[in-house]
Amino acid sequence: MSDIIQTGFDREIQPNYLYEGYKSTLLRAPTKPLIMPKKADLTLSGPVFKDFELGALDSDLTKNAVKNGEPLGERIVVHGKVTNEKGHPIPYTLLEIWQANSSGRYIHKADQHNAPLDPNFSGAGRCMTDAEGNYKFYTIKPGAYSWGNHPNAWRPNHIHFSLFGGDITSRLITQMYFPGDPLLEFDPMVQSIPLKGRDLLISKFDLALTEPDFALGFRFDIVLRGHHATPFENQ
Amino acid sequence: MDNRNLQTPSQTIGPFFAYGLTPTQYDYEFESWVDNNMVADLDAPETIEISGSVFDGEGKTINDALVELWQDDGEHKLYGRFGTGTDEKNRFIFKTIKPKSVDGQAPFINVILFMRGQLLHTYTRIYFDDEANLNQSDKILNLVESERRNTLIAKKTEVGYTINIHMQGQKETVFFDL
Ligand SMILES: [Fe+2]
Repeated sequence: MSDIIQTGFDREIQPNYLYEGYKSTLLRAPTKPLIMPKKADLTLSGPVFKDFELGALDSDLTKNAVKNGEPLGERIVVHGKVTNEKGHPIPYTLLEIWQANSSGRYIHKADQHNAPLDPNFSGAGRCMTDAEGNYKFYTIKPGAYSWGNHPNAWRPNHIHFSLFGGDITSRLITQMYFPGDPLLEFDPMVQSIPLKGRDLLISKFDLALTEPDFALGFRFDIVLRGHHATPFENQ
Repeated sequence: MDNRNLQTPSQTIGPFFAYGLTPTQYDYEFESWVDNNMVADLDAPETIEISGSVFDGEGKTINDALVELWQDDGEHKLYGRFGTGTDEKNRFIFKTIKPKSVDGQAPFINVILFMRGQLLHTYTRIYFDDEANLNQSDKILNLVESERRNTLIAKKTEVGYTINIHMQGQKETVFFDL
């Protein structure tokens, strides 16, 4: 894979392992210096992921867990382009998403936040980028929720994203936020990101994508480290 | 950083990933597309089990980590993932095959770790204790001070190998900046 121009984590943009405002990092951040091998000594080509079929409703969270009606909350459509750092689209790469429902409650059994579950919403989905690196999914706008990090701590509305790209260096797990959320400035997760990178996780309202009588549109573009093509077999 | 597009910042996986990333393992309705069985034939003689625990800075096992194994020896390019929240001892457990040595390097498996309390994932590696000669001459292992090298080396068991990952402390695992 000679076309790889590998870059490390951009330290002007990426959070550090240790961030005191986010208490759980204190016992989980590495304390010793990381080892940085020479790029030439690394085998970076990733595995080829086994072929699998995306379910027809995997990318529509407003429908994929329906039991006896439609989920409550504001329907939204989220789209964007996945590129590498050179701006080249990353086609046929998998995005996995999970989120709270419109009340701010996760279906995860460990979520103790006192807000109602929605019998018709799970908050889990996935989609694949197309030949041009574009993705799109439908969901319900997630609600804010409180958490135990500090007194009166609330997470802003967010959707969790997991992406692959071409190899282990492009792997990314992140969170997408919404424009104008007053909780952003109080959230340790957001504030852990250096100023230069902080706005990159805030989606943009997109009237052109907004579907009349159906769903508000938000755009969220994603840039992955690493530079080579998809390892997924099922294009 | 000439003209590059800015990397999208990383954020923590948080405590509630299971129903999205490992739903079948955790008994949610959504179906997993990948799991900890990285080979098709679990009973084949070359299939091994790799297991271990992840410990925090107080020596407590971490029960909400997501462990990913990525291996590629040219012949077998394998990927698996497992959350540490379902095993009664909060171990990760994988079924895979031992990778071959490539270009004289010691055989190894890449590990990516995600967990609540990590804003950015960590990279480590699994080497094998029955490869003493190759381990001794391996370029990457030799970047690590000798006292810490054993944090990367899995011990042979009857069914495969076992290795524990320590985020901090005296036995802190060696992590890589890739
Ligand atoms: Fe969350």
